[in-house]
Amino acid sequence: MAEDKTPGTRPAPPATAVRLTALTKDFGTVRAVDHAELAIQEGEFFSLLGPSGSGKSTLLRLIAGFERPTSGRVELAGRDVTALPPHRRDVHTVFQDYALFPHMTVEQNVGYALRVAGVRKDERRARAREALATVRLEDYGARRPAQLSGGQRQRVALARALVDRPGLLLLDEPLGALDLKLRQEMQTELKQIQRTTGITFLLVTHDQEEALTMSDRLAVLDGGRIAQTGPPQEIYDRPATAFVAGFVGVTNLVRGAAAQRLTGRPGTYSIRPERIRITPLDEWDRAGTGSPGERSVTGRITDIAHAGPHTRFRVRLDEGGDRLTVLRLNTSGSALPARADTPVRLAWDADDAYPVPS
Amino acid sequence: MHLTRTVRVVLGVLMAAGLAVVHVPLLLVLLNSFNADRSFAWPPSGLTGEWWVRAAHSQGVRDALWTSLQAGLAATAIALVLGVLAAFAVHRHRFFGRQTVSFLVVLPIALPGIVTGIALNAAFRTVLDPFGIGFGLFTVIVGHTTFCVVIVFNNVAARLRRIAPSLAEASADLGARPAQTFRHVTLPALRSALFAGALLAFALSFDEIVVTTFTAGPGTKTLPIWIYENLARPNQAPVINVVAALLIALSVIPVYVAQRLSSDSAGGRL
Repeated sequence: MAEDKTPGTRPAPPATAVRLTALTKDFGTVRAVDHAELAIQEGEFFSLLGPSGSGKSTLLRLIAGFERPTSGRVELAGRDVTALPPHRRDVHTVFQDYALFPHMTVEQNVGYALRVAGVRKDERRARAREALATVRLEDYGARRPAQLSGGQRQRVALARALVDRPGLLLLDEPLGALDLKLRQEMQTELKQIQRTTGITFLLVTHDQEEALTMSDRLAVLDGGRIAQTGPPQEIYDRPATAFVAGFVGVTNLVRGAAAQRLTGRPGTYSIRPERIRITPLDEWDRAGTGSPGERSVTGRITDIAHAGPHTRFRVRLDEGGDRLTVLRLNTSGSALPARADTPVRLAWDADDAYPVPS
Repeated sequence: MHLTRTVRVVLGVLMAAGLAVVHVPLLLVLLNSFNADRSFAWPPSGLTGEWWVRAAHSQGVRDALWTSLQAGLAATAIALVLGVLAAFAVHRHRFFGRQTVSFLVVLPIALPGIVTGIALNAAFRTVLDPFGIGFGLFTVIVGHTTFCVVIVFNNVAARLRRIAPSLAEASADLGARPAQTFRHVTLPALRSALFAGALLAFALSFDEIVVTTFTAGPGTKTLPIWIYENLARPNQAPVINVVAALLIALSVIPVYVAQRLSSDSAGGRL
């Protein structure tokens, strides 16, 4: 941090905002969270990514204090809070359904944390207005939540949770109810607010694109376990398990005999569709052979889907009959003269077949 | 649903007839309370406020009204406390016998009043008599509370089910202690359900007669009891009409207001 550069002192290592140790939660016979280990640094934008039922929301509720763990420990800013109720934890949550108090005005909602903390009314109002300004809703203080649109409610919920600058902000699928355009706007805005406030954000989402674009780091959850933790690029490029490879982004998972045929080695491999080059066979033959270190196979196109900026091909391989998905960016003048049943050659760098433990 | 014109007309007429059977007699009572003719000849020979003035000056009516108000208010107050506590217990906590408690709380509304009456009468006689507590206003209040609790309980339980659980969580999450959450979030969300429950409970108590007969002492007369005792006296007939009209008004208004307050309030026997 720039402020810490006083002569003679070394910058302090970033403190840990959240530390989970062997955290486990059972609901009856179902293990929702299974020995979760996690350390989130102060000021980080961290995401918990997983499909529904992977335990990400339970993990969030354990950190907020709404659920008591079956075993394990929750530490916030270095303090063991496992036994503390929600109101004694320095954590605020933006709920999936926003949970705005319907009988209060927007300003009363936003000032609620200050009210229960005994802050004087005039100061409360000033700080509530300030928080509303950070979400660009300064003129909406007198309204009721029912008079707001979904996107506005979302921003009020955010202002309410930020008003007294908690040590940690939890966001439970906050953008799930918004339409695509609004969601993308809010993603930018959330990221912006996180940067300017410096508050640690912990976002729960099932949307891998959201997690990849917004987070400094993320953890991928699979059946109550944390499958992998790391920066987005690392998770995408070097998935630790076949589940992570399949859930984060789209991939071609090849195993067994297919792996042997396509990579020349046994095991399970993930080949990202955008790493595969697709060329009509006649064109390939005219150009001569591929480059060294490249593997290539022939096949026929079975399916073409135009998705705006890119086109998705499904190709059935001549040898073995396996199917691969190929993504091709539609840059100018690059239209592929191909229809279903066109014979093609697929090529990729040997390094792009990434081995994943299965 | 598609109905032919004929079917619609027939159903409409049947509906009107059904409503008329119930409500025309009530209107008649109201009208007769202003009927100048002592024998309620129809059509009325003229309208008069005399019976209302007479009723207002009748000591019996005034005492009965006061007793009814006391019984209704006290039973409603007790029912509010007990009903809210029971509703919270059943809603918030998962305990052994939860379903049973829920059932037992609601049961008095399903039991015939006469059964409740007899049972309470016997119980009071054996339990309270040795302590020197005789039948009177107190026993009436206890009797009325048994069914008033149900109304409050049903209203509050229904509302609790509809309040998003995330509201109380959000409050705690923002730093509110449980008492603060109750005061600032839960209570305001319950307010209209409490009001509706209280109004209905009061209306129920105000016109109750069966349980009252078995739990009231000889000197304790609520308005319905007073009517019942004076039915046989021809010279009281005009005043009875006035009291009946009063009962109708005091029962209809709370029920109407309560219905507007909560769409899912449990009416029960009214």
